[in-house]
Amino acid sequence: MARVPVVFTVNGTEAAEFVEPGAMLSDVLRDKLDLTGTRVGCSQGTCGACTVMIDGELILSCLTPAQRVNGKSVVTIEGVATNGELDPIQQAFATGFATQCGFCTSGMIVAAKALLDANPDPSRDEVVDAISGNICRCTGYEPIINAILSAAAERRVAKSA
Amino acid sequence: MARKRGRGLSAVNYPTGMNLGGDPSQALVHATTTGTFVVTLSSVDLGQGLKTVMTQICAETIGVPPDMVLIDTADTDTGPHCMGTFASRGTHRIGNAIVMAANEARAVLMEVAADELEVNATDLEADGKGAIHVKGAPTKSISVIETALAAHFKHGKTISGRGMFMAERSFPEPETGKMRPATCYAHACTIAEVEVDTETGEVEVLSLKSAYEVGRALNPKMVEQQIIGGAWMGISHALYETTEPYYPDRAHGPVDFNEYLMPGPGDLPEFGGVILERPASDGPYGAKGVGEMTANSPIPAIANAIFDAVGVRVDSLPITPEKVLRGILANEGALEPAE
Repeated sequence: MARVPVVFTVNGTEAAEFVEPGAMLSDVLRDKLDLTGTRVGCSQGTCGACTVMIDGELILSCLTPAQRVNGKSVVTIEGVATNGELDPIQQAFATGFATQCGFCTSGMIVAAKALLDANPDPSRDEVVDAISGNICRCTGYEPIINAILSAAAERRVAKSA
Repeated sequence: MARKRGRGLSAVNYPTGMNLGGDPSQALVHATTTGTFVVTLSSVDLGQGLKTVMTQICAETIGVPPDMVLIDTADTDTGPHCMGTFASRGTHRIGNAIVMAANEARAVLMEVAADELEVNATDLEADGKGAIHVKGAPTKSISVIETALAAHFKHGKTISGRGMFMAERSFPEPETGKMRPATCYAHACTIAEVEVDTETGEVEVLSLKSAYEVGRALNPKMVEQQIIGGAWMGISHALYETTEPYYPDRAHGPVDFNEYLMPGPGDLPEFGGVILERPASDGPYGAKGVGEMTANSPIPAIANAIFDAVGVRVDSLPITPEKVLRGILANEGALEPAE
């Protein structure tokens, strides 16, 4: 089958690739653009590890055909840090020991970023709701929830300063 | 119909490692020209933090900062033998091997430093910051980097060491079956509080509070991480996870994460964990294994709490609403209990 051109912005940089029709965004990100921070856990939209943002909305990149992002802006885990400085969410995951094997971490952090971008002062229940599409096998979720709450506080302080 | 509360207790003696084949693990340590201590293993870090703790153990034994230690591991083609990362054995078995290897490497490091400083090696100590100096005379000093360079280019020595752990084999006595299956034991006690819905059989875990005796917590934050993650896994084993709900019949077996049930972030109880330390005489800096017991002690505690709440004793996992409800109905004489 003829490959088709896809042009989109990823983490602020333009990407142009020829892809197989029906190729999933997760595969294009990982295999063509070498953005391997995005993990593929189940390839069927049930684990949340492949979560990225398209035009600010959370989506599962393993279920999104790459052609669908033509002309759009994608943010992956590699785009969460700015100029090499960790985002407060990433810092909170590190200092709060909210990672173990790390497979869910990228999706969790992107989901947390989407939450905090939209709602800078979430309740614990809102944090739980925001990550309920992401499966973690190691941490028991508790450290992840606490890290997102502490990152939210950190971001509010940074904004008011 | 009502929601009934119950409280259950469990206490666990948990063996560190196993007896089979002496449960060996080996480690090699060598210094590069610029004084980085490379620890070569074939042990796998599954995310539990093995590399961090092994770094700490090597750094502590040699007397250098952790950033001068590099863990090179998980290639079983080239690394020294390791039985594997299981049975809560990593910290204890591999840690012991590293202490032995690092001590041998340290002795060479001190010999070379002694030659360079023209003193006796037994008068030297490493300061943990990257220098070696004469005890009581910190100005008479040489850096670890200079010492490593001298070893390589002046003395023709390799700053290296070999280490291994192997437990003494214990065979069962034919008369009694008595044996020593493990060399040291960690201990756990968990109290679970649950609420059981007598109409649906559904169980909610309200709180899980545990005390864990771990020998010594070499990295307390990571021990805490194991305790919370393990508590979640224990709930998952106790109430949710199975690949064959009607074993040996494969009917209704899950095929993906939609059907393979696990507690989500909205199903968490109140967690509480206390770390107790009674150093193991044969552990690296007193450590025992903590990992697996944190997922095991919650299970009997939850089963006991369900019994306390509704008088139903379920002895197969997971304790599904169906089993609980069948038990409740059987107690009322309305139904045969589930196995």
